[in-house]
Formats: sequence, C-alpha cells, structure tokens
Amino acid sequence: MTLSSSEFDYIRHLLKNECAIVLENGKEYLVDLRLGILADNEGFSSIHSLIGHLSKRSEPDLVKKVVDAMTTNETLFFRDHKPFELLQKHLLPELLQNRASSRELNIWSAASSTGQEPYSIAMLIHQHFPQLVNQWNLQILASDISFTCLEYAREAVYNQFEVNRGLPIQLLIRYFEQKDTRWQLKPEIKNMVKFQELNLIQTWPFLPKMDIIFLRNVLIYFDLDVKKKILENVRKVLKPDGYLILGSAETTLLIDSAFERVETSLNVNCYRLAT
Amino acid sequence: MAVMIVDDAVTARMMTKAFLQDLGFGEIHAAEHGVEALELIEELDALELVVVDWNMPYMTGVEFIRELRARPEFGETKVLMMTTETGMEKIIEALTAGADEYMMKPFTKDMLADKLQIMGVEAHS
Repeated sequence: MTLSSSEFDYIRHLLKNECAIVLENGKEYLVDLRLGILADNEGFSSIHSLIGHLSKRSEPDLVKKVVDAMTTNETLFFRDHKPFELLQKHLLPELLQNRASSRELNIWSAASSTGQEPYSIAMLIHQHFPQLVNQWNLQILASDISFTCLEYAREAVYNQFEVNRGLPIQLLIRYFEQKDTRWQLKPEIKNMVKFQELNLIQTWPFLPKMDIIFLRNVLIYFDLDVKKKILENVRKVLKPDGYLILGSAETTLLIDSAFERVETSLNVNCYRLAT
Repeated sequence: MAVMIVDDAVTARMMTKAFLQDLGFGEIHAAEHGVEALELIEELDALELVVVDWNMPYMTGVEFIRELRARPEFGETKVLMMTTETGMEKIIEALTAGADEYMMKPFTKDMLADKLQIMGVEAHS
C-alpha cells in the first residue's frame, strides 16, 4: 500500500499543526506502517480511506489518534546508560548536598513514552539514594503527548522483550512481579512517578521548578523555531542550578545561548543555565 | 580475550556468534554442551565471557555454571545465561549458581549489546 504524495502532504501538515513534528521526505514508510495499523483498528478499509475520511471531517478524536500513532517511539530501560551513570555519580550526589536544607527534589522526564525512562530514574533512586524516597519530598513527573503511551506507562506491565532491553536482571528480580508472560512493576517504584499528558509545543501547564529535566530524543523531531520555543520554556521551569539532559544527538548549541554544556568524562549532553 | 558460546542448538550458536562478531568480538569459541565447553576452556589462556543456554544434553547450563565457578581461574569470567526459561525462580536459580546476567530468548543483537554493556564486557579485537 503506497501513499500518494497528496496523502503524505496531508499527514505532514496535520502533524506540523498538531505537534510541530517535521516529517521529512522519505518517511512515507513510517506513515504507511503506523497509520495502516490505526486504519485497521478503527475499522477503515485502508489507510487511503482513513486519510480520506480525515481530510473531509477533521474529527478531534481521530486526529488525536493519528498524532498518537505517529509520535509513539521506541524506548528502553536505562537507555544509553551514561545519562543514568551521570545521574547516579554526579548530579544526585551534588543536589543531595545543595538541597540538604529544603530536602526537595523535582525531576521531570519530559517525553516519557511508555515509562521506561522515569521508572529507570525511580529504580536508580530507590536503589542508590533511599533517603530521597524516605526522607525527602521527591517528585518524579513524567509527561508525554501520547495518551496510549501514558496509559501503558501508568499500568507499568511490560512484556518479555521490554524487560530484556537495558534492564539489569537484578533490578527485574527486585522491582518486578511476574504475571504469566508479563512483568508488573512493584508499587514501591510505580508510585514514585506521576504521569501527565503534555504537548511540548502548546502552552505548558503549571509545573514546579525542576532540578533535573530529561528531554531526550525529542528536539530532533522539531524545526529550529520550535526547538527555540521549547528551550525557552525549559529555561523558565529549570532551577538556576538545575540540569537539562538531552539525547545523544541533540544540543542547545546555536539554538539557545542561555545554556552551557556540563563537561564530564561520561560525555553526556548535559546542560545548565549559563551564569 | 576469548568468548565461549555453549548451546546445543546450531542456529542459536550461529546467531549468537554472528551477533558477537558484529559487536566486535574476535576470538569466539562454541560448544554443543557443558561437558565439551569445560574441556575446550582448559585450552584457553583467558576467558572473558561465556554465553550459555539452560537446556542441553549431559549437563544443564546451571550445572555448567556451577562447575565453571568451582574453578578459581574462571572466577573473573562473566557469564550470561541465555534461555527460553522465563520463570522468576529459574532466573534466581541461574544467578545463585553464578550467572552475572540473564537474557530470555528470543533475543536481538541490540538486546545482547545492552546486556554486555550492563555486564561491563567490551570487545577488544
């Protein structure tokens, strides 16, 4: 099933308008694959029929489902490993000292997908910094544009493939319970994370000032103006001595000069506000 | 530093070997069961990693791991159990025997790479 160029253009404009995602030429296969599944699920005879229906009557629910299908991205526990090593060895020990009087810590996973990133953060803290769980006011906020992903993340039941990706076996034993062929995250970790639907290109809701923001593999999907806008918003919610962690192919360089890179031997794209 | 694959299924041996080669490992040995593997490793100077299946003839993967761990010269060798056994009690049994990590089959090259990173095993070739 091949998309016509007008169908591809229609979806491209829809995504640009709804969530500012830039779909480049050559990504027709992605639309084909993802909306093909959605068309099936929604009872359309083909992807052509789905797009035809959308272009005649732009039903908000269906538009939301299209955005949802196109923005669901693969993730895994402790993805890229090094940002979590940085968190454990440098960022949390430093913040533990700097926030010793207030005993408050806010961490935000800003594109949490199916939950592996915020739950990895929660497991790391539970394992290595139990005092943050027991004696501090610790908030881990996780947000995503996709309600399907958020629902999945809130359930916190993962399949065998998902727990095979990036999750040390000791953590599987410690923090999961087996449910037939699936694995349920235990409440002690699940309850550490609060999920919220949030579209990064729309007006942000009230958020507490953040000590650490994980915004990984998000900016790559946007054009320069949208990247600027998002980083401007990040500046407003990041504490002056807080940290922003981007994906391995992302930078603030030439986008927002308010940020400076934090150089460490781990070579993580970690930034803080320039003083 | 050598790597040893222990699996009675020829396709699993071939696939694991191909993945390890892709990940940059050079000296890769393979055995059909634990008894053969224990003989082969005697000839090796240094064994960095063993990837071992559970259900095999003559000796299970867990029995193999216990034998391996009983030999002080392989105390530093990293052991990855790779199996279709997916029960929590099986995972605990393998780790108690001396496995460092556990991966449930089927698996992909990315999953293997993730596990090796967790174990701190890097290709040197």
